[in-house]
Amino acid sequence: MNAALPQQDELDRRLVLATQAGLPLVERPYDALAEQCGMPAAEVQRRLAAMLARGAIRRIGAVPNHYALGYTANGMSVWDVDDACIAELGARVGRLPGVTHCYQRPRHLPLWPYNLFAMLHGRDRPAVLEQVAEIRALLGPACRAHEVLFSTRILKKTGLRLGS
Amino acid sequence: MRETRAVLDALDRAIINRLQGDFPLCDEPYAELGRALGVDAATLIARLRKMLDEGVLTRFGPMFQVERMGGRYLLAALAVPEARYEEVAARVNADHAVAHNYRRDHALNMWFVLAVETPEALDQACARLEAATGLAVYAFPKEREFFVEMKLTV
Repeated sequence: MNAALPQQDELDRRLVLATQAGLPLVERPYDALAEQCGMPAAEVQRRLAAMLARGAIRRIGAVPNHYALGYTANGMSVWDVDDACIAELGARVGRLPGVTHCYQRPRHLPLWPYNLFAMLHGRDRPAVLEQVAEIRALLGPACRAHEVLFSTRILKKTGLRLGS
Repeated sequence: MRETRAVLDALDRAIINRLQGDFPLCDEPYAELGRALGVDAATLIARLRKMLDEGVLTRFGPMFQVERMGGRYLLAALAVPEARYEEVAARVNADHAVAHNYRRDHALNMWFVLAVETPEALDQACARLEAATGLAVYAFPKEREFFVEMKLTV
């Protein structure tokens, strides 16, 4: 992690702390942050742009609550895929339109034989299950087993919280 | 946490769709974005505040990539006995490293994401959760990322 630290200096850290709950809802939000963090307004925009450029900030925007938007079915589809094929097949699954996250993760045998995780969102469970069928067809014989774990309750959802 | 569908008008929808992309970096970003949406800055700010208050938006601001700042994310799961579910959920949710937590239908029935500032903090968080719950934490670190983007059209 120390390799990542030189670019993450104290002023950047102040900006992270000041914005992790959200961007100020005032006409000149970056000026408000400048005052809060003790740096010139132009410096706030420059630092945010630099963090965007190096990927420390993925984007500045909104996170919708998918339940409130009618995407009430959220299925974590998990697949036991032949290790020899997972790089190529995982990339193809990740490009399907309904897939929002797609990762290779470790198995925990015998309880958990699955090594490919594809998160699916739909307006209802049948819509998600159609996506599952599409992935099953794409994976073909390289897939030995799969399951869909629907989320039945959000227990907690907050953004990143760094200590201050 | 809101779990029912919200009533949204055309402007709400336009704002949500537009803000899944990039918010401007300029002196008056709400005014600039508002021009694209045909509203003034005050209207846009009021709508954002309303959607945040109502839970239509869970967050508005920079999305930090913890790993690029030296931090770590980890997906992890617990197999929680039904009789202990609420108690364990409360213990897990109380830990500041837990960013999201979902109930899912499986023997592994509690799935959460840890977000921490250092690799060491990740191990500490897992140990803390095991001590707090008396249950084994199943860790699912990502070994390869194929795609990450959350875009919903409303």
